[in-house]
Amino acid sequence: MSAPAPSMFTPAAKAMAEKLGLKMGRANLDEFAATLEELAKANPNIVAVTSDSRGSGKLAPFGKNLPKQIVEVGIAEQNLVGITAGLAACGKKSFGVSPGCFLTARSLEQIKNDVCYSDVPAVLIGISSGTSYGALGTTHHSLHDLAVLRAINNISIIVPADNFETREAIRFAASAKKPVFVRFGKAAMFNLHKPETKFEAGKAITLHGGDDVAFIATGETVVHALLAAGQLAECGLNCRVISMHSIKPLDTEAILKAGSECRAVVTVEEHMVHGGLGEACASVLMQAGVNKPFRIVGIPDEETVPGAQADIFRHYGISMEGLSETALKLLK
Amino acid sequence: MTDHELQLKAVALRRAMLKLIVGAGAGHTGGGLSCMDILNVLYNRVLNVSPQTFTNPTRDRYVQSKGHCVEALYAVLADRGFFPASDLDTVCHYQSHYVGHPTRHIPGIEMNTGALGHGLPICIGMALAAKMDATSGTGVPPVECDNRTESAAQISKSPQAQTGGTRCPTTDAAYRVFTLLGDGELAEGSNWEAGLAAAHYKLDNLFAILDHNTLQITGHTRDVMSNEPLDEKWRAFGWGVKTVNGHDYAALTEALSKPAEPGKPTFIIANTVKGKGVSFMENVAKWHHGVPSEAELKQALAELDAAEKILKTTA
Repeated sequence: MSAPAPSMFTPAAKAMAEKLGLKMGRANLDEFAATLEELAKANPNIVAVTSDSRGSGKLAPFGKNLPKQIVEVGIAEQNLVGITAGLAACGKKSFGVSPGCFLTARSLEQIKNDVCYSDVPAVLIGISSGTSYGALGTTHHSLHDLAVLRAINNISIIVPADNFETREAIRFAASAKKPVFVRFGKAAMFNLHKPETKFEAGKAITLHGGDDVAFIATGETVVHALLAAGQLAECGLNCRVISMHSIKPLDTEAILKAGSECRAVVTVEEHMVHGGLGEACASVLMQAGVNKPFRIVGIPDEETVPGAQADIFRHYGISMEGLSETALKLLK
Repeated sequence: MTDHELQLKAVALRRAMLKLIVGAGAGHTGGGLSCMDILNVLYNRVLNVSPQTFTNPTRDRYVQSKGHCVEALYAVLADRGFFPASDLDTVCHYQSHYVGHPTRHIPGIEMNTGALGHGLPICIGMALAAKMDATSGTGVPPVECDNRTESAAQISKSPQAQTGGTRCPTTDAAYRVFTLLGDGELAEGSNWEAGLAAAHYKLDNLFAILDHNTLQITGHTRDVMSNEPLDEKWRAFGWGVKTVNGHDYAALTEALSKPAEPGKPTFIIANTVKGKGVSFMENVAKWHHGVPSEAELKQALAELDAAEKILKTTA
């Protein structure tokens, strides 16, 4: 018998989630697969391309229900991206679906040239991204993807935090006329948004207002920032929590507003501290002359600690407790 | 267009290409000369594309995987009227979209290429799209097949050939897809990933043409990274394979007119001469990206003039 996966949330964090009224949803991966199938049923031009990844991409039902709209390329990520680009160049709305670690490293040149430089409306979906594969090790982590894709012209980068953001990101990607990359993990996510929330690519969503510490977080770390804000509220601190789902284009206005109005800024990402959200925010703030206590929370430049995703998050302070501690230190 | 007319055109295309390379101060002279006859046949006899029909969803697609030989493609596209020939004076100049590899900024070019090993995977996506559009009932209808039984000679004289476009000999694809590969390029593993996929999906509307001049930048491909026997390898991958003289218009036309084997993608090994048409460039690896001096250009043009003269007397 295998040991149960460690929980992403301590009992205190779970209690805080309950206090904040957060309800557990499904994995963003499941939300993606369901959304894509729904869109593809209505639009026969949508084609999913998989690299022996229809199981891990939760696309088995898609393949069964829409067999003419799925292309299997085998374990061949370069081919996956080239084929996805060729389909897009010929009028298909193609979604290349592959683990983020392989998709954005093995086939980076295809992303750069066949998709971005050729300017075809292909969508690339990085599944099980970040540290989702946990103890499988560094080969299976994608902690570089935001950095490398930020350095390539002509691609939107979206990192959804919950099921709502995932659904909206996929809908946006399906209608986009330009290249789009979306990455997410495979663990179940708390739903963070109110029903009336609007999603717009390139426009951050403020989940909680405040002017003590601004947490600017992306993807599946946002929930931890929200929980930390809840914990810090109990200490009398009013923290802003921003879901920066679009890494490119970046909502510079929201970053500058947070930097100007709050006493400190903490960025949070499931990505190496180099080249990701944190350094993007630092660049925006510094070039505007906004100088506040600032900390980037992510995976440091070291061989990632072995362990499950929850272990890795906790080890590097991507947790309610870790983020609260970082914020308090910054305010001292 | 007859073989003789194509031969005359080839002289003019080689002349234009050499001039533009000298004007650019850069270019891939040897490979451009070796693949020129292939492009000449494609654009004047095989592809159903023209400046007027280039946005037609059922047009045949051509992706030049060996993108570094864009100078040959520029010469052919200018000749076909996709853009004014005077544009070629700006190749590789500041703020000119005519850069040293193909881009979609240029009318007539389908995809940006230049990094090797990219064309074939892209073409598989295109060929799959052509199949989907023909069979899904949701896309464009399949094209008529009107030259399946014609011989190469008949094709040369057919009205479609005269206007630059024969039609698809496959019945379940909305269009055909063609790519041009280089010898050295075949060392890129992505080609072999694509080789599996094209056969797996039985893409008989896909034609990969190898400009088999046997030289690459460092020297003979057999010395750099041997890849023979190519015919056996591609056959083993599930492709239909044809080996032709890459400077023989009738042979190229015949090979490009229908799949080498039913239900399979076609790999055409076009045996060519690097630097073809200019004696001192032929089979010399240094002309891979050598740029002629003024004196060398003069000599090369004189040789082409002489070849043209002979062709005209044999009309």
